Amino acid sequence: MSAVRLDVRKTYKMFVGGSFVRSESGRSLAVHDPQGRALDNICHASRKDLRDAVVAARSATDGWAKKTPYLRGQILYRAAEMLETRADSLAGEIARSTGATTGKARAEVNLAIDRLVYFAGWTDKFTQVFGAVNPVASSHFNFTSPEPTGVVAVLAPDEPSLLPLVSTLAPVILSGNSAIAIASEKYPLPALTFAEILATSDLPGGVINILSGNRQELIPHIASHLDINAIVDASGMEETHLALQAGTAVNLKRYARRSLAAEAWFGPAGEDAYWILDTVEFKTAWHPIGL
Amino acid sequence: MTQLLSGSARFRSIRATVPTVDQVTVEDRAAAFTRRSIKTSAKLAGLKMVVSMMDLTTLEGKDTPGKVAYLCRKALHPIESRYDTPPCAAVCVYPNMVRHARRFLGDLSPVKVASVATGFPSGQYALRTKLEETRRAAGDGADEIDMVIDRGAFLSGDFQKVSDEIAAVKEVCGAAHLKVILETGELVTYDNVRLASQIAMEAGADFIKTSTGKVQPAATMPVTLVMLEAIRDYFFATGIRIGMKPAGGIRTAKQSLAYLVMVKETLGDDWLSPGLFRLGASTLLNDVLMQIVKTVDGNYQSADYFSLP
Repeated sequence: MSAVRLDVRKTYKMFVGGSFVRSESGRSLAVHDPQGRALDNICHASRKDLRDAVVAARSATDGWAKKTPYLRGQILYRAAEMLETRADSLAGEIARSTGATTGKARAEVNLAIDRLVYFAGWTDKFTQVFGAVNPVASSHFNFTSPEPTGVVAVLAPDEPSLLPLVSTLAPVILSGNSAIAIASEKYPLPALTFAEILATSDLPGGVINILSGNRQELIPHIASHLDINAIVDASGMEETHLALQAGTAVNLKRYARRSLAAEAWFGPAGEDAYWILDTVEFKTAWHPIGL
Repeated sequence: MTQLLSGSARFRSIRATVPTVDQVTVEDRAAAFTRRSIKTSAKLAGLKMVVSMMDLTTLEGKDTPGKVAYLCRKALHPIESRYDTPPCAAVCVYPNMVRHARRFLGDLSPVKVASVATGFPSGQYALRTKLEETRRAAGDGADEIDMVIDRGAFLSGDFQKVSDEIAAVKEVCGAAHLKVILETGELVTYDNVRLASQIAMEAGADFIKTSTGKVQPAATMPVTLVMLEAIRDYFFATGIRIGMKPAGGIRTAKQSLAYLVMVKETLGDDWLSPGLFRLGASTLLNDVLMQIVKTVDGNYQSADYFSLP
């Protein structure tokens, strides 16, 4: 008997509503490494996949926002734990996709884990740090507190392939939002492997959804979809920024831009607690003081 | 076996005269209707037709005259006039709410008032009570009466009782149309659904309706197909057109279009009118309206921008 064994090659699926799905369009794209060698196939998301992801995110956001901040923190920390035990395989994915050295890939994964832990700590702190008790000239208590905006679209840059995705997703979901992330178009495999790790980390289905494919194709639909409440745009591409902002001017959804150079994601600029404020709404309540 | 069944000789033998249903085939056939591709202008026309066939329903213990008035307003004007969408066919309410609905809609409204009756949803009441309830609902101004059959009697083989009750209710309905709810979720088999459809049509039903919405499963595609085929065969035998109303569990615009396809391909264009086909639903309307707006305006919609269901 011959010792030759055929490789079992994977087609990476997208992560929607806690399940791994193919594109409803049936389309796929081949992914290549920097030398042009074919690696694996990924799903090519259509606007209907975006629509399905929005439905999944919308139905998840209520339950997620109602969980206690402490529990949301525990779940984010659990995601960091799961990432830690699978750090080598994720680093391997980054290395074979981007051509980075194993050491650099492993450093990126380590930093991603640290970012999750950092933002996990913020879940039960951002309300008191960013909220306020306001002095008013009548017999009322007056509070201002941040509440989640709702469904947020997150656009990851092409490079680095993993760290910006994690660094932008965590501050979005920690306050109770749910997110639809568009993976790096150039190196989508690490993001999709990250989804496989999220799936085992107690995160309720639909809180994070990850689509892959052609970013430009989805942009008009992200901008015009009325059930997406905010966009965090880390794509770093000028035409994407402009197209999204033109769309949001019509329906007034929130838009936040994260334009960092690839190297900057590894520094302190890539870990900003004020990012939490881009996807919260401040509610002020007046409470009469008993006479 | 026959001595277990009570009632006249005719009803003892009726099961033998009604064709049996092949479960596998009917489920396959029903699933096939969901795979038709309906796009752009055909989709828009279909969605508007769905709105015109909808019995907008509220059947809750917490219903109030205000909620019913809200529902009537929504049935009359489902959405801004620039979307050129027709009013719904009817509002469907409990008997106590009929006069409130009638007062809000007036006598010349395009939206009809339908009332559930006969001890909805169980039907486990004395015939006298059922008739009195029907009489009062019709007297308060209901255009349509949605009665439930006595499933207990049906399942114990007392088809005569089921038939007599339908005929008695039909008599006191007067000018009001009678829809007979089979509550298919409790009839267990397709054969039973087919038989109950036959009994209801022969006893004087103007419409046959799948479910109360209070029992799972409610309307499904296969069960509706069985009833549509019963209507088709009854039409071939007698020339009488009986209407169909699936109700409960139809929540998305896509599902509702699949039902239209099934009606067209089983009964033909005659039945694609609110006079012979209705959809009973409480949350379907908003999804259909969102699809209409999406088709006209081009962007995906959010429930935040639509009135409560």
